[in-house]
Amino acid sequence: MVEFTLPKNSRVKVGKSWPKPEGATNTRAFKVYRFDPDSGENPRVDTYHVDLDTCGPMVLDALIKIKSEIDPTLTFRRSCREGICGSCAMNIGGINTLACIHGIDEAPKGDIAIYPLPHMPVVKDLIPDLTHFYAQHASIMPWLETKSNTPAKEWRQSIEDREKLDGLYECVMCACCSTSCPSYWWNGDRYLGPAALLHAYRWIIDSRDEATGERLDELEDPFKLYRCHTIMNCAQTCPKGLNPAKAISEIKSLMVERRV
Amino acid sequence: MDYRTNRKRAAGLGSAKDGVEHYWQMKVTSYALVFLTPLFIFTFGRLLGAEHAQVVAAFGNPFNAVVAILMIGVSFYHLKLGLQVVIEDYVHGSARMPSLLANTFFCYALGAAGIFAVAKIAFGV
Repeated sequence: MVEFTLPKNSRVKVGKSWPKPEGATNTRAFKVYRFDPDSGENPRVDTYHVDLDTCGPMVLDALIKIKSEIDPTLTFRRSCREGICGSCAMNIGGINTLACIHGIDEAPKGDIAIYPLPHMPVVKDLIPDLTHFYAQHASIMPWLETKSNTPAKEWRQSIEDREKLDGLYECVMCACCSTSCPSYWWNGDRYLGPAALLHAYRWIIDSRDEATGERLDELEDPFKLYRCHTIMNCAQTCPKGLNPAKAISEIKSLMVERRV
Repeated sequence: MDYRTNRKRAAGLGSAKDGVEHYWQMKVTSYALVFLTPLFIFTFGRLLGAEHAQVVAAFGNPFNAVVAILMIGVSFYHLKLGLQVVIEDYVHGSARMPSLLANTFFCYALGAAGIFAVAKIAFGV
């Protein structure tokens, strides 16, 4: 059955509250999930006070400031700091998003709660284990499959067909959508999730790809595809403004189209 | 120690090559119920509180009886499909298969009983 309570060793405890920076007048509290697998202790939530007058505008700026100036043990992924790499995906103020493009002023009033992406195994602190998520992405064959002889110059595509990829190719695989999806929480071992399915549709709809039928065959499964019940959490949370639910719905329409 | 690769785990048992039929039947029964539900309410709603003989006479009308039989049959089939989704979503492990079987038996049994009841009145046996 679905678990409504956390296992005993996953229950989050109150952690350390770090002192406010001296002389700061414009501070905001960040309540950050901490978990160290080597310690054998339960996860905890530490409180950090950040001086907003000496901090950049984004949540990632605050996290970097905490790591640099307050607590170097705080662990999180980050790279491009401009919403392209998808590394710093986490749950901020109750919504999955990229810390680098989520403004501190966008978070709900009061303390800002920062947790790792929901319902994934935690490697450490804010770092989820995305191994299965990436393997699912690989399983949908995210590359061009062709059977015709390779053209001398290039696989050509009309402007109209290229436009069909808009809203799909921008996905950075941050996993915000999949980890916001209850179906992915309950059946993530078999359900591919919104991110992998959006990528699957990106290749199904690509006019140059010649494996459309095989791709649909692989997806036609009660669990791989049909766990999506279109509750739209994925579209609501996507930090890139994409709509995976629509892509999934298009795949379902194609499944029907090829049999009626 | 589990030496299976990540790709092996993600692939699982592969595609069941099934699911679109369930999805399509869900849609078909939904559209059918859009028409059947108002028809059923219109036909039998006004019989609420009516005399026994009046109700029996109403079910004796072929149009009314067919509407009632379709309503019951389609509703319980739709219920079976819907509950199947709920079970697949939330019931895991060894409880899943018995739950799916129980759902099928329960919905078809109730549907059959309802259709039999209407037919019994309609044919007056």
